[in-house]
Amino acid sequence: MWTFFHKLGSPPWLYGISGSILRYLLPLTLVALTVGMVWGLLFTAPDFRQGNSYRIIYIHVPAAVVALAGYYVMAIAGAISLIWKMKMADVAMKSCAPIGAALTFVALVTGAIWGKPTWGTWWVWDARITSMLILLFLYLGVVALYEAYDNKEAAGKACAVLSLVGTVNIPIIYKSVDWWYSLHQPASIKFTGDSSIDPSMLYPLLLMIGSFYALFTCVMLMNMRAELLERNSRTSWVRKLAGGDS
Amino acid sequence: MSAPNTSAFCLRLLRRQLVLAVRRPIEIGNPLLFFAMVVALFPLGLGPAPDKLANFAPGILWIIALLSNLLTSDAVFRSDFEDGSLEHLLLSPQPLYLSVLSYIAAHWLITGLLLALVSPMFALMLNLPSQGIIALAVSLLLGTAILSLIGGIGAALTVGLKRGGMLISLLILPLYMPVLIFGSAAVQAAVGGNPAGPYLAILGAMLSLAIALAPFAVAAGLRISVDA
Repeated sequence: MWTFFHKLGSPPWLYGISGSILRYLLPLTLVALTVGMVWGLLFTAPDFRQGNSYRIIYIHVPAAVVALAGYYVMAIAGAISLIWKMKMADVAMKSCAPIGAALTFVALVTGAIWGKPTWGTWWVWDARITSMLILLFLYLGVVALYEAYDNKEAAGKACAVLSLVGTVNIPIIYKSVDWWYSLHQPASIKFTGDSSIDPSMLYPLLLMIGSFYALFTCVMLMNMRAELLERNSRTSWVRKLAGGDS
Repeated sequence: MSAPNTSAFCLRLLRRQLVLAVRRPIEIGNPLLFFAMVVALFPLGLGPAPDKLANFAPGILWIIALLSNLLTSDAVFRSDFEDGSLEHLLLSPQPLYLSVLSYIAAHWLITGLLLALVSPMFALMLNLPSQGIIALAVSLLLGTAILSLIGGIGAALTVGLKRGGMLISLLILPLYMPVLIFGSAAVQAAVGGNPAGPYLAILGAMLSLAIALAPFAVAAGLRISVDA
């Protein structure tokens, strides 16, 4: 158990194991994404009120869900790096921020595209939408803070503090549709009780949410590998990997 | 020489910050002047129609308070970082949580408190209905304290950076937004004849949470900045 924990702190080991995880996870993710996308976009019945425009939920909902979850991943990784001074947690945290920002952006843009034919407007200053915009700023703040430091170790710690501070906003974003009167509908998928969405539409949606989680993991691992190589570019194992003599 | 006890140390720290500020009155005056100038910009930009200004007044006053807090919080630790006294503070046996709290309290006393006290005057200039004025002052009193605490986090994280000025706004404005929402909602409720109490209570709860947690983040940020 503890050897596993210690091994996590070793860059070459992490680089190797993430490589073998990616070898299986990446093709699986791509297949799941394709299946979910084709299933959701082509083989589900159109909604009786919204017609075909509702199909954007197969992108919008997974992106939004994973964008929120990604913040927790980032904050928890940040906490681990602050508490146990684990450098790999630092690398993980740093790798989350740009993906999270991209997913939040996707959720906002797809929401706007769906909102135009359905609500008749691209943008409303509604609790959920505004709070997702704040989430985007939180992610971008972490990215900007990391870039501003020359010393990458200090940058990692500073970003860890910032992302932990930002977590106070996440429950507010998550619960905003229930707390405020809002144009955005409340969550349709519930873990307890019946979901207010038909199973024929729910299953492809769940598949898409799963594949977005997997996609997040893949991209995060790839980011981490690049960051590991960059941080350890002077060590012998990276030189060996690059084919140079050590 | 024995080390002073903690409360005496923190009071001395607070007094030092206040004395430093009083010696340079322009530092105290600047945020107020900024407040007045920006208040003057809105009638120019929105047009001087009194009813329109009255409508926007809660939001305008709160946004200006937020911006003037943002602009001043950059400097909370800057000079002490540059002359090395911050490093001494970190090495001292006093609990950093409390010393940081005295820095932030000093910042709030010379910006937020004064802003809240002069805000009724600007509220009258923007035709804010009189029933909203007390809610405005109280919400600013509570709210600017939260803003100072959050601003301290941003200041601590960016104090070691040469180009921190723009960055700090990106870091802390998203965290300011909940305060802005409840602060201006309190004033709007009071103007509309509804009780402002619930909003003020939420601000109070946020303030308690910020007092309990923010100094830890500030202390961690200062350690990182000084180490880097």
